[in-house]
Amino acid sequence: MKGPGARLVAAAIRLLSGVRVAWHEALELDGRPRIFFANHMSHLDFIVIWSALPKPVRESTRPVAAKDYWERGRLRRCLSEKVFQAALVDRGRATRTANPIDELETLITGDRSSIILFPEGTRGSGDEISPFKSGLYHLARRLPATPLVPVYLENLNRILPKGEVLPIPLLSRCLFGAPTRLGAGETRAAFLERARRSVLALRDGEPGGPGSTGDDPQR
Amino acid sequence: MRWDAETSWLVAGTFVLLVAASACCAALRRRCGDRPNPALDNLVARTRAWWVMAFVFLFNLAVGHWGVTLMFCLVSFMALREFVTLNPTKRGDHRTLFWVFFIITPLQYALVGIRWYGLFQILIPVYAFVLIPIRSVLTGDTDQFLERNAKIQWGLLVCVYFVSHIPMLLVLQIPGYEGENAKLLFFFVAVVQISDVLQYVFGKLMGRRKIAPGVSPNKTLEGFVLGVLAASATGAALWWATPFSPGQAFVMALVITVMGFAGGLVMSAIKRDLGVKDWGHAISGHGGFMDRIDSLCFAAPVFFHLTVFYFGAGTDGLEPGWVRGILAPF
Repeated sequence: MKGPGARLVAAAIRLLSGVRVAWHEALELDGRPRIFFANHMSHLDFIVIWSALPKPVRESTRPVAAKDYWERGRLRRCLSEKVFQAALVDRGRATRTANPIDELETLITGDRSSIILFPEGTRGSGDEISPFKSGLYHLARRLPATPLVPVYLENLNRILPKGEVLPIPLLSRCLFGAPTRLGAGETRAAFLERARRSVLALRDGEPGGPGSTGDDPQR
Repeated sequence: MRWDAETSWLVAGTFVLLVAASACCAALRRRCGDRPNPALDNLVARTRAWWVMAFVFLFNLAVGHWGVTLMFCLVSFMALREFVTLNPTKRGDHRTLFWVFFIITPLQYALVGIRWYGLFQILIPVYAFVLIPIRSVLTGDTDQFLERNAKIQWGLLVCVYFVSHIPMLLVLQIPGYEGENAKLLFFFVAVVQISDVLQYVFGKLMGRRKIAPGVSPNKTLEGFVLGVLAASATGAALWWATPFSPGQAFVMALVITVMGFAGGLVMSAIKRDLGVKDWGHAISGHGGFMDRIDSLCFAAPVFFHLTVFYFGAGTDGLEPGWVRGILAPF
């Protein structure tokens, strides 16, 4: 979504989700593409991250969503195509016609878009962060120059849990951590675990990071 | 509501206080120079927020009954939002909370709006308290059942039921004081908030002995006693705006400031248990909505009912005529 309406929609989402946004001091956000990866627990996750981003980044950021879910039904298709401009990827290995990593790579190198990725693959309960799927690793290997930004979302599982249609108006947080890259010679398992821990560190208030000021509502 | 000379004096007094506070901030700033001073920054932020809050409050008071009702409805909603956010609820509470936020809270204020005192009094303690555990039990989640429901009920009681007594002050019928209730509401809010400020100021200036070290380490005995007495004296000095005599105004102010202190202490105990300093971050310098209204919560219903009891005031308690018309065929 672009244009003057987008700014209003973003402000409305921030108001309704009561989100407090915090940034790591080492994080610079300009027009260059980035891969944001976050914990996943609610349909609101993407819209909240999207609304929290500064305008130039927001306009070129697209969420990565599951094709099997978002192409089912007219409403979902309309939302994912028109409103969020989601990059829909095929989760099922067997039905795949194209490699989703190729598509995402084109999006970043060709369209210069940033993407929002939920490497857990599916929405969790919000209590734990599941092991990451390997898509993030493949992207990091192919695009070594693109910064990977961990994002921690809090409380959205309580605002709109899996399986519910109506949200309740609690307050949430969206924390952006320090950008990272794939280390030289880092194995897939080590990288994915490190990425997962970088999201967890945001939750626990890593030193120097966002939400480490000691006045956080949750910890 | 009538705008009379007394109302003008109250509004003028508020602005004099705010200007004085801003002048104090400016003087302190000049004295401190460029040295960083978090305490002063907080004071400046607080004062700025006071300007905004006073404007919003007085504007809605001037708009009248519905303006005040809508304003406190939003305050309740925001306070409840902070309360439930910090008190861990479970997946099974989702739909119960939906009812609490979007049906019960607006309904309570709608009753204030249409001045149906009878139902206003029992909507939450009877109907909502019955509905909440019923809605929760339907989800089949029995884990910590009593605790979860108690938290929701308590939040609703403090953030919504108690606070809704403030706009309900406008509905009271006090013989010889018809159309002047806005000043009574102003008296209540001003005395409790001034007491908060004075307790803070006296505590900072001459506080020695901690009054509740385990609950709220910043509250001192000196701050409490001097703050409450000074605020009660202020209340007595405002007697001309109320239906009370000077002595009665002093006692009423004393009761609500002590209740305000107690309310603040209770809400601090909850915050301490949850391990947080503030309820939220909505009001710069103050914390959340709940941090600003914690003292009003407990004082409001007590002030309301003491006024009803002693001044022969009251409301007829009955449903408005048009509601009776709708119900008549049944």
